[in-house]
Amino acid sequence: MMQQAKSLFLLLAGLAVTGISRAAWEVNMTEGVTAVSRNIYGLHMTILMICVVIGLIVFGVMFYSIFKHRKSKGAVAHQFHESTLVEIVWTSIPFLILVLMAIPATKTLVEIYNTDEADIDIKITGYQWKWQYEYVGEDVSFFSNLSTPREQILNVRDKNPNYLLEVDEPLVIPVDKKVRFLVTAADVIHSWWVPALAVKRDAIPGFINEAWTNIEVPGTYRGQCAELCGKDHGYMPIVVEAKSQEDYDAWLQAKKAAAGKERELTDKSWTMAELMDRGEQAYNKACAVCHQPNGAGMPPIFPALKGSPMATEADQIGAHVDIVMNGKKGSAMQAFASQLNEVDLAAVITYERNAWGNNTGEMVTPKEIVEYKKTGEYVEDPAKQTMPDNQQASR
Amino acid sequence: MSEQDREQPESIEHSTRRTVIRSTLVACGMFAFGFAMVPLYNVFCQVTGLNGKTDPNPYMYKAAEAKVDTSRDIKVQFVATKNAGMSWDFYPSTPQVTVHPGEPGLLNFVAKNPTGKTIVGQAIPSVTPFEATNFLHKVECFCFTTQTLQPWEEKVMPLRIIVDQELPKHIKKLTLSYTLFDVTHLN
Amino acid sequence: MTSVTDTASSLDQEHHHGPAKGLMRWVLTTNHKDIGSMYLWFSFIMFLTGGAMAMIIRAELFQPGLQIVEPAFFNQMTTMHGLIMVFGAVMPAFVGLANWMIPMMIGAPDMAMPRMNNWSFWILPFAAVMLVSTLFMEGGGPNFGWTFYAPLSTDYSPPSTTFFIFAIHMLGVSSIMGAINIIATILNLRAPGMTMMKMPMFVWTWLITAYLLIAVMPVLAGAVTMMLMDIHFGTSFFNAGGGGDPVLFQHIFWFFGHPEVYIMILPSFGIVSAIIPAFARKPLFGYTSMVYATASIAFLSFIVWAHHMFTVGIPLIGELFFMYATMLIAVPTGVKIFNWVTTMFRGSMTFETPMLFSTAFVVLFTIGGFSGLMLSIAPADFQYHDTYFVVAHFHYVLVPGAIFAIFAACYYWLPKWTGYMYDETLAKVHFWMSFIGMNLTFFPMHFVGLAGMPRRIPDYALQFANFNEMSSIGGFMFGTTQLLFLFIVIKCIRGGAKVEAKPWEGAEGLEWNVPSPAPYHTFTTPPDVK
Repeated sequence: MMQQAKSLFLLLAGLAVTGISRAAWEVNMTEGVTAVSRNIYGLHMTILMICVVIGLIVFGVMFYSIFKHRKSKGAVAHQFHESTLVEIVWTSIPFLILVLMAIPATKTLVEIYNTDEADIDIKITGYQWKWQYEYVGEDVSFFSNLSTPREQILNVRDKNPNYLLEVDEPLVIPVDKKVRFLVTAADVIHSWWVPALAVKRDAIPGFINEAWTNIEVPGTYRGQCAELCGKDHGYMPIVVEAKSQEDYDAWLQAKKAAAGKERELTDKSWTMAELMDRGEQAYNKACAVCHQPNGAGMPPIFPALKGSPMATEADQIGAHVDIVMNGKKGSAMQAFASQLNEVDLAAVITYERNAWGNNTGEMVTPKEIVEYKKTGEYVEDPAKQTMPDNQQASR
Repeated sequence: MSEQDREQPESIEHSTRRTVIRSTLVACGMFAFGFAMVPLYNVFCQVTGLNGKTDPNPYMYKAAEAKVDTSRDIKVQFVATKNAGMSWDFYPSTPQVTVHPGEPGLLNFVAKNPTGKTIVGQAIPSVTPFEATNFLHKVECFCFTTQTLQPWEEKVMPLRIIVDQELPKHIKKLTLSYTLFDVTHLN
Repeated sequence: MTSVTDTASSLDQEHHHGPAKGLMRWVLTTNHKDIGSMYLWFSFIMFLTGGAMAMIIRAELFQPGLQIVEPAFFNQMTTMHGLIMVFGAVMPAFVGLANWMIPMMIGAPDMAMPRMNNWSFWILPFAAVMLVSTLFMEGGGPNFGWTFYAPLSTDYSPPSTTFFIFAIHMLGVSSIMGAINIIATILNLRAPGMTMMKMPMFVWTWLITAYLLIAVMPVLAGAVTMMLMDIHFGTSFFNAGGGGDPVLFQHIFWFFGHPEVYIMILPSFGIVSAIIPAFARKPLFGYTSMVYATASIAFLSFIVWAHHMFTVGIPLIGELFFMYATMLIAVPTGVKIFNWVTTMFRGSMTFETPMLFSTAFVVLFTIGGFSGLMLSIAPADFQYHDTYFVVAHFHYVLVPGAIFAIFAACYYWLPKWTGYMYDETLAKVHFWMSFIGMNLTFFPMHFVGLAGMPRRIPDYALQFANFNEMSSIGGFMFGTTQLLFLFIVIKCIRGGAKVEAKPWEGAEGLEWNVPSPAPYHTFTTPPDVK
């Protein structure tokens, strides 16, 4: 309480400019961890100070008049109402201040537009409502989703310290290297923003934009999408982990190895229970934002899956696979074939056909998805394990 | 109006009408200007390289005139994006080629239709940094026209580019991005 | 409203029939005062509607997490709040004031085209109903922000977007007709001797605003027409896949949008330039430079639009041009502020409610101007853009800038309109509650914005919680206070202390020469202006 009262006092006293920062009373722009972000911070503070000084002078004169030149204090109105000299003075002085201000601003802007060759190029693609990171030339590519549990958003459980600023897979980059971001989008306009890097670039479908950074301090830096992109605009955070070169190399190797492991999983024989478990996780990550965790959707834009013909009727299984893989043209349904791997695709479809009382007992296996990708047609694999009745999932 | 007619001298009526007609013309003109901004903007983009928009027409390459500038190596990076709702597989055969300015670079993009439907695709090129846009020429490109893939068809699409000798010296690497859109409904 | 005996004043010798009776009076009226009143009432209803939406927004943002509304509905609220406040509340309020005051200020009997005037008003309620009704349609109302960037507003928009587009068209047509009428009135119906450089500042600023309106509202109409064609007729103006460009939308929108924000502030400059001299009992300092400053602001507004798009990816040279041009706006705006302060200096001031609102206008609008200057610095804008810092900035220029000026105007001219003095004590309560509420709402937004909170989000990270709580409390305070304003106005219409033709000691202008309340017809014989 004391803390709050004190902060409130500081706020009211207009001392915000001194850059006091406390956890919940963050009042100023971050200085950030790059040369550019520090330059921007410097510009911000300079112009703020100039404004404060001008403000003090102008408001000073104004409040002096307000207190001194009142009728109640017997003030008699003077009748002067013109002075070309004064007008010229207060046109030129602000103009000169602006010119002085424009010089450092221009320098920083030129620096931001620097196009020297980067050490690493990362393509960032905005989707409704997640980011995809592709390390150009490295064959590493992944999606980064919000990882805050829904219960926290709905106030059922206590919130994490990094509530809404945490993701399942952060972007990892090395420190002291020039990293270039190639920013684009796959649906609507998004904007990739990490305050500590002072990078904010709009991701525009059809066009590529570039930005760069060179982080000096290892650490975790958080940001958010900054351009309204639809329903879950507030739920697509960005997390950047800056690591030393060695740690970064190790991470990259591990990432590549993990991708290989996932591929092996495709060949494994999956049971219904295993697919349901995996399916629930994948569903909550990729599908639940629109179709809702309980499968009820948000009609008419996001249809319900619970009890829907496509997810319950046996002859619709091919259509079900097709829509998950290829999306639906002219709707918000994306093509997930390139977003999820075969195991997750199979698991999600299996989950949707058996969860929330859909209970079809039908199972789609990763192998069938692989086959589908080759032929474009869903053919049931006769060799797949059939499920005993008592295991039928009823979630 | 009738009261005014009686009270106001005729000239005010006249000048009012003139003002109204003029203002209306301005309003109509500005409506037209809104639409004129479309071609103006496109011309502006092509001149300045704004948005990395490249010339939509093939570059007329004259091998005899081109002098290859062997003193410089320019890396040209390729990235592919599929717009949401586009189900093709779409990727460059190689992520990067290194060329001398004036020397043609050739590579392929692969597109595969993994669905049972015929789909028409249009690739939209975009170059970054913007400064380099007008110095990256496409001699042959699948983006000049729409591409149609039959169900499960796979197509290897060649791309031939030339980096202009006039490319500003400080640019050593440029990126050519293609975003693939499903334009079946527009055709 | 008007008793016939009042018209026996020296300036109003000719006898006229009073207003018609009943509802049809309002439907068929061509009287500038009736139409002005209708504009003002319409604007106030829209202000409360848009305000109610703001209350929903602030209630949801009171704490982190989702409490009251779903994100999809939240987006509809932010969008509709913006659209209603801009097109429903602020613009019609200024047109209403123009209707009431401009003919009286220039000594004209009515607007130049009274029947078109009726028409331009009566389009508004239908447009507003259509706009609000989208909220009840399948898929909900517009949810893409008041800036409706494509492709979110085209390929990804709800089905109701078509109605939204028609509503914008109608609002645009109404504004354009209103603007043409105002231009025609000012240019042609001035009383003999009322030269351009003798016109009150309010008339000047409205003349310039009207020109801005006919220049940019058609561009907005063009933009929404292109959207309509993209949605329904298979064109690709803004769809990259078909050869269009979503960034083009932003260029067209902001070509309209930047002058639009000046449309919402220039008439305020005029209002404040009338009120400050009246209560300082001293002529406006630098009238000529005020006129030129207004004109230069209007001119500059056409060449700065891309400062809303610094992060879109504009070549360096473009970025520099728009940064310099934007910074330049500070010069004429500064001149205006200095002139107002100098007008106060060595005056003999009293602080009735219109003066309180005007003084607050000068202070708070200047703060909004400072944050605007900060935003114009392109590199820094990479950190400010689309954060609550921007929300704080434009609410600092719009709430004290437009809304406070409208309140000031209402209090200043209410005695002229009704013939009674408003309740000064209640009005002062209204002022102080609004002043404190407004600052409590929007000042903390500077901090959360700088600390990294993006705008248009229904839920936020924990470090933004305390300031958001403050903002919400301030918002509720500001919101409920406006009901008091309604009460004050109704009370004043129903009665109170009778006022003279000129209730304010220092007021200047022709409108104070006619009796209070102003007769139904004024200046049927043009006055002589010295």
